[in-house]
Order: sequence, then structure tokens, then C-alpha cells
Amino acid sequence: MSILINKETRVIVQGITGRDGGFHTQKMVAYGTKVVGGVSPGKGGLSIEGVPVFNSVKEAFLVTEANTSVIFVPARFAADAIMEAADAGIKLIVCITEGIPTLDVIRAYRYVQLKGSKLLGPNCPGLMTPGESLVGILPANIFKEGRIGVVSRSGTLTYEVVYLLSQQGMGQSTAVGIGGDPVSGIYFLDTLEAFERDSGTDAVVLIGEIGGDAEENAADFIKEKMTKPVVAFIAGRTAPKGKQMGHAGAIVGSGEGTADDKIAYLERAGVSVAKQPSEIPELLRSRLRS
Amino acid sequence: MKLFEFQAKELFSTVGIPVERHVLCDSISSLVAAYKERSNPQAVIKAQVKTGGRGKAGGIRSVKSLEEVESFGKSIFSLSIKGFPVKSVLLSDLVSIQQEIYLSLTIDRNKKSVLLIASSSGGVDIEDLAKNNPAAIVKQPIDILVGVPDFLARNIAAQLTDGPQQAKQISAIIQSLYSLLMETDASLLEINPLVVTTTGEVIALDGKVVLDDNALYRHPQYAKYRLEETLTGLEQEARDRKLSYVQLEGDIGCMVNGAGLAMTTMDLIKLYGGLPANFLDIGGSSSPEKVIDAMRILLSDKKIKAILINIFGGITRCDDVAKGLIEALSVVKTELPIVIRLTGTNEKEAVELLTNAGMTVFQSMNEATQEVVRKAYQNKQLNEKL
Repeated sequence: MSILINKETRVIVQGITGRDGGFHTQKMVAYGTKVVGGVSPGKGGLSIEGVPVFNSVKEAFLVTEANTSVIFVPARFAADAIMEAADAGIKLIVCITEGIPTLDVIRAYRYVQLKGSKLLGPNCPGLMTPGESLVGILPANIFKEGRIGVVSRSGTLTYEVVYLLSQQGMGQSTAVGIGGDPVSGIYFLDTLEAFERDSGTDAVVLIGEIGGDAEENAADFIKEKMTKPVVAFIAGRTAPKGKQMGHAGAIVGSGEGTADDKIAYLERAGVSVAKQPSEIPELLRSRLRS
Repeated sequence: MKLFEFQAKELFSTVGIPVERHVLCDSISSLVAAYKERSNPQAVIKAQVKTGGRGKAGGIRSVKSLEEVESFGKSIFSLSIKGFPVKSVLLSDLVSIQQEIYLSLTIDRNKKSVLLIASSSGGVDIEDLAKNNPAAIVKQPIDILVGVPDFLARNIAAQLTDGPQQAKQISAIIQSLYSLLMETDASLLEINPLVVTTTGEVIALDGKVVLDDNALYRHPQYAKYRLEETLTGLEQEARDRKLSYVQLEGDIGCMVNGAGLAMTTMDLIKLYGGLPANFLDIGGSSSPEKVIDAMRILLSDKKIKAILINIFGGITRCDDVAKGLIEALSVVKTELPIVIRLTGTNEKEAVELLTNAGMTVFQSMNEATQEVVRKAYQNKQLNEKL
């Protein structure tokens, strides 16, 4: 079992003819993801990595019956690509693109909501159900099938944690990169809710960072609604106030968003917070034993 | 990108939001000249810095004579407020205030929408107000597909003031502010205070604007604001080289791929008793040029005593990264100790390559961090002895 994607997931790649789109299509196909089509306006009829290319998402959707899309188009066109996917009837839209203006994301998100679809990202590495499906840019070889759910605002930090888990024999049910932008679609709450329901997940690792109050909201949810253990790590204890740390959303504002506040809040909600990533497997083990 | 008050007011004026009469002066002589032009001797000098708390720091003074302008002007120009030196001031009309209102448009990360925040008790920090008198704050999410309809602007304005004439003006200001948000791709537009004067006018007396860096491509006219941004020299250079870099106080330099991992690396340096000198994300590629650029920036920070390179090889294989590092480090030479930590895809091959090239390399982040702290500290002691 898993959340959001599984071996039945049918994926189209928007921006498949671009460098990143093509490269990661190859990786996804190699992993066994059902990549059923690609979209690149004006390039319909081509074939990339054995995947047929269409001019529009609508066309791709009608021919391939895709239910998921992964977007690699440049930032200027990415919000439009999200809306195009939602309009065509794609149910899960995963946007990898970084650097989309926030107001564009808000507009696209609103449209996705109206159409009854879901958006993951933007500025995220995608998600992965080991052994079944990879949608995005995660390095598949470090993952391992198993029963730990992972949700994270970061890319390489997620890989670091997944790598540690896999080394210790703790495979993952699904790993979801929700992205580092101030406004993103699917977030901690949606993911935690899904992991709580998923019979294939025993425990969850939550990886947060400075900025916003999503970790605090997650803590409230965990305290009230979750029966499965959650272990967290929060990056950015040494980040200075008011400076953006790489991710557009990683900034400590006045009176909110510090790592120490988030850690204290999570601990009060019964979440075990690791001081360093290497403690995560042991914390999980002890929570799963008790 | 944060703007100065005078820049915020420039933008407010473009959509018809009234501001007080003001002149921007970048020296004491231009301030004195501007004052001499005035018919009314009463005026206010306001330091232009991108931080709050100007008033408390002595950055805002009212004046009523040339002597005061000269003496207060001089003292304001010599100020550095929270580390920001005062390079320009506004010479403004003195406004007699009847009521101070707070009004802003910002992004609500949780609701994923635009949020209007307003209060009839403005003039104070909104965070303080939220703490001390949350009931006095109106929060209204704005649906981006609809904008601010007349009724909504009217209803919010009615909660902010008693005067019907003023409510009408405020209602128009709310709608103008929203259209400014859309036109400029701002992530924050704040008027605090929006004042009702004793003569019944409504004026934006102070303003804060944050523009979305990701939308700047649509607004080439704001490139001039970027030039005036308060970055350190190294931060500017890093930006020119498309590296994500923030300078910090410590003495251990670090170079990492990925923002989350870079923050974690800083945190671990601190956890093991060191102090990080920077945040530096070199991104996902293995290109030696990126590493060379990054090394040059790290090495220009003279505080640095040792360097930690922390790379997780995901899609980019560790052995490719290792080759890039070896090439880069043969170009940029330094006496400083460098500790490398590489983990992920093909790490064994990478460790072998680096070890053969005579470098200290670790697979565990904890060990590497402990090592770099130890080396930095030894070096520091050595330097202190010399």
C-alpha cells in the first residue's frame, strides 16, 4: 500500500522535450513508472524514450487516460501548465519547476481546487512509492520498499534521511516532497492524513524547516488525529532572521517560523524530534517498539 | 526584495493612494536645500532604512527651523539602524493625525490565498497588536479569482473608521492597494499608519513593500530597486554567479548541495561546537565551475578557518561530484583545512578518487562535521599563538 501514487498510476510529462523533462522521463521509465505520454505544444507526434508526445494535455489525456502529470516546464509557463492539466481532468499534478511567482501559484492552485484536482509542489522533487512508481526527480536507487512514510519540504535533505533509513533496513511506503515555496499544494496535513489512513504505513518521518507555521499545524493534527508515531527533523536552527535560506519559503519572519519554536511545538504534541538526521532511524525504532 | 519607504510611496502614488508631500534627500546639503524651498517651517525628517524601529533609534525627527534641520539632519545621516546605515532621508510635511489605521495585503501560506489585514488601531507593529489586542485585527482572505468587490472594500472600511467620508476614501484605497498587488507581483504591501488627518484627509504615512523576486522578469522597471538592495559584497557576487549564499558570523565555511541540507549542515556545525560562516547551496550539478565559484566566495570571507563540503549524490553521482571537486580544488588553492563529506549514489568510487587525491573524506555527516570543527579550532589556536 501507499499514498497518492502506486503501480497503476498513469503519468504524463509536461515539458518532456526539455532537457530536465527528457532526462527524468528516462529515469522514471527505467524505474517502471507507467509514463504514458508527454506534452510539448507544437511537438506532437514525436516520441521521447519511447513515450508518445502530444500537443496538449487534453489530447494526451484523451488518448492515454493519464491520471497524473509531472511538470518540468520553465517558471514563466508553469502556472499555465498546472491549469492546463487541471482543466484536462488530470487528478494529481506534480510541479517540479522552481521559481514560479507566488501570485501565479495562488491563481493556479485555486483553479486546480475548482476542478477537483490536487497539486503537489511547485518547487518540489515529486514523490515516490518504492517498487511501484516514481513521479519526479528523486534518486530511485536510494529508496527501499517498506512501511515508513516520509514527507518533507526539502530535496537533498530528504534523500539524506531516506538513505539513512534504507541503510538501517527501514524501507519507505511513500516519500512525498512537498516543496520549499511559500505557497504549495498538498502539504503536511494532507500527507499526514493519508499516511494515517494507509494500511501500508506504520510510522511517519516529517522533515520541516524554518518559515511559516505548517509544522505547528502539523503538530496540532498529529496530537489530535494521529495514532501512528511521527518523528520529525527541522532544519535551520542557525538561520538568521529575515534572510531567505535558498528556498523561497525558508525565511524566519518577525515573531514566527524559527526552528526552535517549531521543535518545541512538535515536542509538546508528542512528536519525537531528532537533533540530527542520523538520530531518526533509532527514534523511529524506539517509537515503533513502544 | 524589500523596498524603502520612498519607493513604496512611489508605487502607492501610481495607483492614486495619497501620500504626504515629501522630498528624497541623499545628503545633508540636499536636505538643507530642500528645507529652504519649503514655505512651512514645520517638517519631518525620516531616515530611509529597510528595517523597523526607526523612531526609537532616533531616525525620525520633526523640525521647525533651519538650525534643527542641520543638527538633526547630521545626526540622522550618521545613524546606523540595526546595522543599516542611513544613506538617504525623506523631508516630509508634518501631518496632524486624528486616527492611525493599519492596512496590508500579504500571502497566507496556509490558506494559499491573498490575505487582507486591517485594524483601526494602527501605527504600532502588527505583531505586537496581534499579541496584545487580537480582537482589533480584521483578517479577510481575498479570492484571487474574484479580487476585492465593492461591498467587501466598503464593509472592511466601515470597520476601520467612523467618518463616512473617510470610509469611502479607505474603501477606494483598499481596492487600489489590491490592484497594486496584482500589478507589481508584491508579496507584501503594508500601509502603517494609514492616517486620518485632523482635516479629514486619508494619507499613507508609511509603507512597506516586498516584491516577489521570481516575478521580476515581468517588471524590468523595478531592476533599479534591486541595485539599492542591502547585500554584502559576497552575497552580491554569489547572486551574480547564481549561487544561493547568505553570510553569517561564524568561522566554518560550508558548501552544500540543496537548501535543506545546507541549513542542516550549519545546524550540525553549531551542534558540534563550531559556528557556521555561511549558508551556501551549490545546487544539484557536478560542474567544477560551480564549485570553483563557490570556493572563491568562501575563501574571500577572511573569517573562515576551515571548510566543510557536504554533498549528497542523488541523481548526480558521487564519483562525478568527486571529479568536479578534484578539478576545482586544483584550480582554487588554499591552506585552509577542507573536509569533504560525500554520500549517496556511487559513494565508494568517489571516496577512493578523493582519498587518492590526498583529501580527507567522510561518508557520515556527523563525523565530517566533528572533524571540521576540530580542524577549525586547532587552526584558530594556532593563529592566535602566531
